[in-house]
Amino acid sequence: MKKASWKHSRVILAVLVTLAAPVVAGAGDNGREAILAAYAAEAKASDPSFSGFSANRGETLFRSVRSGGDERTPSCTSCHTGDPRAPGRNAKTGRRIDPVAVSANVRRFTEGEKVEKHFARDCKSVLGRPCTVLEKGDYITFLEGQ
Amino acid sequence: MNVRKNAILMVAMVLTASPAIAGHDRVPPVRDPVVLRECGSCHMAFQPDFLPARSWERIMDGLADHFGEDASLPADVKGAIRAYLAANAGGAAGWRARGEATPERITGTPAFMREHRFPERVWRDPKVLTKSNCPACHSAAEKGLYDDD
Ligand code: HEC
Repeated sequence: MKKASWKHSRVILAVLVTLAAPVVAGAGDNGREAILAAYAAEAKASDPSFSGFSANRGETLFRSVRSGGDERTPSCTSCHTGDPRAPGRNAKTGRRIDPVAVSANVRRFTEGEKVEKHFARDCKSVLGRPCTVLEKGDYITFLEGQ
Repeated sequence: MNVRKNAILMVAMVLTASPAIAGHDRVPPVRDPVVLRECGSCHMAFQPDFLPARSWERIMDGLADHFGEDASLPADVKGAIRAYLAANAGGAAGWRARGEATPERITGTPAFMREHRFPERVWRDPKVLTKSNCPACHSAAEKGLYDDD
């Protein structure tokens, strides 16, 4: 069930990214806006009262400390650090991670495949489950404003 | 004149001798952009020379549980990485794999262990974090240079 809906969301995402890409080609954020639009459409489809993503909720997701996942990574900040404009460090491997704030790296959240891969992997690591589409949209919205 | 000749001779000797002296402390660096991007996203893209091809095959078969991580990849990307690793792997009967049939951890190979006999506190250094964090001590590890210790 979960797997099917995840696949489904990837299909929707792929279609919307393809549709949207030519329209805004050339803009630095084209991929990101297409991804957010796809998430918004999916959020709306599953909840008609959806009224947009929230940077505040995204920040809460980013900073909150959880216990459902890998004990080395109780929070997104375990690897991405508390300052999204600063480089992070992978708490499992020690590898440096480039800053996740869009102001520090305009290529952030612009490749659908990569974004989906990390939401799947990193949310499992922190929350012990995949992120919902609302959480994904909120997270990107927060970091887009950072 | 004589001094200069000697200097040239010495440079020539160092140049020709160093690969032999360095021995296994130098390995060919990873050049494939897909391997660098995908493997290198979470950890250093380890040089394929460190494991035999059969080890890489097994690792690529088990990406869904990659040392506890779900590192699954789309089939085409996975196939490309597998081919590169196998083509550039260490010799199947080579020194790196001796003692273990199909090692999955480079840090578990006899060759690694022989070179890394350190007290526990060295490994517990927060800068190191884990044995697989080669660049923590070998600053040019990504270039395949491990002779800086
Ligand atoms: C185990 C360390 C780790 C943790 C914990 C972690 N991440 Fe990541 N994340 C990474 C790495 C490594 C990358 C890929 C490297 C990069 O993009 O610079 C990444 C990339 C991402 C990306 C893709 C960024 C892009 O530009 O496309 C998203 C989305 C993401 N992470 C979300 C999250 C969320 C949400 C959390 C918390 C629930 C989280 N991460 C926690 C390590 C982590």
